[in-house]
Amino acid sequence: MTNTSENRGKCEFALTVNGKAETVRVYPMERLLDVLRQELGLTGTKEGCGEGECGSCSVLMNGKLINSCLVPVLQATGTNLTTIEGLAEGPQLSALQAAFLECGGAQCGICTPGMILASCHLLDKKPKPTLDDIREGLSGNLCRCTGYMQIFDAVMEAARRSPA
Amino acid sequence: MRSDPADFELIAPGTLQAVVSRLADEPGQWLPIAGGTDVMVQYAAGKLSARKLISIWNLTELQGIEVLPGEIRIGAGCTYTELREHDVIAREFPLLTSAARWTGGIANQNRGTLGGNIVNASPAADSLPALLAYEAELLVVSVRGERRIPYLGFHTGYKKMDLAPDELIRAISLGRTFSGYLHHARKVGAREAQAISKVCIAALGSLRDSVIEDVRIALGSVAPVPLRLTAVEQMLKGKTVEPELLRLARKTAAAAIQPIDDIRSTAKYRAAVAGNLVAEFLEHLRDSGNTA
Repeated sequence: MTNTSENRGKCEFALTVNGKAETVRVYPMERLLDVLRQELGLTGTKEGCGEGECGSCSVLMNGKLINSCLVPVLQATGTNLTTIEGLAEGPQLSALQAAFLECGGAQCGICTPGMILASCHLLDKKPKPTLDDIREGLSGNLCRCTGYMQIFDAVMEAARRSPA
Repeated sequence: MRSDPADFELIAPGTLQAVVSRLADEPGQWLPIAGGTDVMVQYAAGKLSARKLISIWNLTELQGIEVLPGEIRIGAGCTYTELREHDVIAREFPLLTSAARWTGGIANQNRGTLGGNIVNASPAADSLPALLAYEAELLVVSVRGERRIPYLGFHTGYKKMDLAPDELIRAISLGRTFSGYLHHARKVGAREAQAISKVCIAALGSLRDSVIEDVRIALGSVAPVPLRLTAVEQMLKGKTVEPELLRLARKTAAAAIQPIDDIRSTAKYRAAVAGNLVAEFLEHLRDSGNTA
């Protein structure tokens, strides 16, 4: 006889978020997005569509870009997560953040954290991307303000500044 | 109306054996969830009828792409990113590489799985016509054992399939027998990126002395299931690609499909495009003979 009630109700889940070990007590089907925002207070991760189309809720899970609205927290247990709050070191912005600021890559700001994490993921795989690489790498992230060109410029600029 | 997580159970037994045991103990009660790119969308919209979910994400037994002398076996839990980045798939099964590249953005490619795409059973899925063209076989597992079945015929109707409530797809097998073929894929959607297909084609063909020796043609979004155009294939074999044959191919294709009007397109447009896609493939096939 199997016990089907073992995961009914809230459970504890351990995650590493921006290098810090965290434990949350939530329902296993709670979306990672909601855990980050509501349990951990990391409101940099935004909800846009809530169905995996817009990329506003993008974060890195074990270094891979994912939409946090589509991940039940149970599947994030034991993973290393990076959110937008994890990129700057104190007041020192990351190269990508600085480039987004300088190139006008952010306007209303809702898509920006997801754009920057998608860009992180891209530059991690391709440190010197072509414009086509950037377009493809960010194709799952929608922006309704900038028209994208300043965002592409920002990623190019960050890649140009990085060594090698 | 958004779902309340308090209304759902989600467990992660951690091994394939434990998962299939649970499926067998309570058949039909547990919905497997891999990368969640379809299930979580239904959940967010409050449209998920299942209340008990069983996670198969990261199950070791569903991972990896095994390259054997005569076939490759793709773990059902392989993501689109893994498919895209695999050298043997890119070289020998490029239709699958193209389909993986077309499916969603990077974040969804990092989570969506080939097994998930099959059981989600969307007639518009881009990877399924490629599996039909390559005559994929499915390795299906349960506590009762494993069975190996052709993918052709797996989908028996809209969102219906030959899979018992206690079964899981473990792997997808592709025979390594397509080296002499032209591999042709095209997707027609509202725009190039991030659009679900209005119609898509995956096709293979080989010529001998300008005559069609072998041909396989599959279309997405033109019927309740991804469709292999066997009647068109039979009609084409042994023929030379000429204007009359193109006309006949369009006509036979039109008779084989059952397109519908929906949010993405109309039956009329789909029928016209399906014919055009078949004709375009045949023209490429003809031209490949000229340069060989």
